[in-house]
Amino acid sequence: MIPAILDTPAPHERTLRRLSDLLVRRHNLLVLILLVPPLLWLGMVYLGSLFVFLAQSIFSIDEFSGTIVREPTLATLAELFRPANFDILMRTVSIAAAVTVLCAIIGFPMAYYAARYAGPRAKAAFYLAVMMPLWSSYLVKIYGWKLLLAKEGAIGWIAGRLGLGPALEAWLALPLVGGPSLSVSYTGMVLVFTYLWLPFMILPMHAALERVPSSLIEAAGDLGASPGRTFRTIILPLALPGVVAGAIFTFSLTLGDYIVPQIIGTSALVLGQAVYTLQGTAGNIPLSAAFSLVPILVMALFLTLAKKMGAFDAL
Amino acid sequence: MTRASLSLKLAALAGLAFLHIPLLFIVLYAFTTEERSYAFPPPGYTLKWFVVVWERTDIWAAVGLSLRVATLATLIALVLGTLAAGGLARAKFFGREPISLLFVLPIALPGIVTGIALRQAFGLMEIPFSFWTIVLGHATFCIVVVYNNAVARLRRLSPSLIEASMDLGADAFQTFRLVVLPNVGTALLAGGMLAFALSFDEVIVTTFTAGQQSTLPIWMLSELIRPRQRPVTNVVAVLVIAVTFLPILAAYYLTREGEAVAGSGK
Repeated sequence: MIPAILDTPAPHERTLRRLSDLLVRRHNLLVLILLVPPLLWLGMVYLGSLFVFLAQSIFSIDEFSGTIVREPTLATLAELFRPANFDILMRTVSIAAAVTVLCAIIGFPMAYYAARYAGPRAKAAFYLAVMMPLWSSYLVKIYGWKLLLAKEGAIGWIAGRLGLGPALEAWLALPLVGGPSLSVSYTGMVLVFTYLWLPFMILPMHAALERVPSSLIEAAGDLGASPGRTFRTIILPLALPGVVAGAIFTFSLTLGDYIVPQIIGTSALVLGQAVYTLQGTAGNIPLSAAFSLVPILVMALFLTLAKKMGAFDAL
Repeated sequence: MTRASLSLKLAALAGLAFLHIPLLFIVLYAFTTEERSYAFPPPGYTLKWFVVVWERTDIWAAVGLSLRVATLATLIALVLGTLAAGGLARAKFFGREPISLLFVLPIALPGIVTGIALRQAFGLMEIPFSFWTIVLGHATFCIVVVYNNAVARLRRLSPSLIEASMDLGADAFQTFRLVVLPNVGTALLAGGMLAFALSFDEVIVTTFTAGQQSTLPIWMLSELIRPRQRPVTNVVAVLVIAVTFLPILAAYYLTREGEAVAGSGK
């Protein structure tokens, strides 16, 4: 075979042509060649490190020496259910749930207006207006809110001007959501999270609403349904997969974040901060790995449910 | 089509205002004369902080590192993401779903998990922190952005175009160069720009893979936690908005145009 190729006048072109024929005929070979480099990278760099880290959740830490005991045990995972740790989990999940609900409430009218009433130009402008904040710098956005929420900042000033100063004070005096100022309260933290992840909720909701056939809405009207009833029985159920798809983002992004609570929030830890301090100053990698498993499991559960509801068609 | 009710219009407008007003405040604060607090309204306006930032070498070093990391991470992501998209766009084989999940996983899982995992792996293999460890982390989560853009365009590319090229005697490489590449080029460019913006802005994974080095987001994070010179941070924030604005806008126009490729209507 090989000598025959070398004997031909333009060996280089011949080999290329043969290789090309081979790739066209054996399509699976082509797919294999294409997939090997990215799979090697993600398999080795990403899955490898992920496994190394998460597998340590079945190890434990020696309380006296602070070294990792490399013997399989469930004790570390059980530690998650100790009151102090379980509090962290519940607090984080509650914040994530509040953020998700707020995102859905603020985002729905925007997505609904853009999907049903906006013309082509307005639609393009809307898309850009949602994409720009989505892609602008994460830290800069948090910084903007630090400016707004500070005690001497704009929100306090505007509230004072509008005569709402006492209302703001009263809100901050409330037990759970309040605090010394907005920038060190759960209210501030939830607001910032809502702001950060809102575009992730709007885009899938908008995609789902776009796909509601207008003939269905007209039919509902023709059959005598009031606009409110059409909305409840036709539009909302059909838009629900989009809301669920958006909730996947808002929920998982809030669960894993540790920067926002560090800059705007109370001194009580959330999950991300727990993972961060445990692997850093505390040096307790096993417990940090055990904590990391929680958002992964919650999201896996969420994704399975979402798949059953058909939320992925709205992505 | 019926008209939207006034309350719906107002709610949608309020949402848009909520999304954009915080960014406007950052621009306003870049000109404030107040140094010690975030007092609103600013007592006076000045351009002096832009000059101060211009002369700060630590900021420019951080910008330089961020730009170099983002460039290299984007190039790696472009190659790997395009290969992955080419392999998966039309393939139907067992294991296709888990593989595409694997490509999405690095941005689906919390950044802190990715970050600590990489740090642990570097420690285990005794790899010291360097420019390359940052690039390694960034490239990993940038692949998905390129992949998503490329896969969407490849699926729209009509197979009959490729068949026609082959029927006319072009081989696989010629077809790739003359038919496939011109059709997916803008999608790759857009994916590359988004990957660049993502890498330039990334802070969570970088915290764990940078060691003592400071990228621009790391610099900003330390200023956010312990503010030393607030006006300088204000100006840097405005510069970051300006730098990320342009690639995102460009990426939008690149993926919007060229929807109608001849023969793409099946």
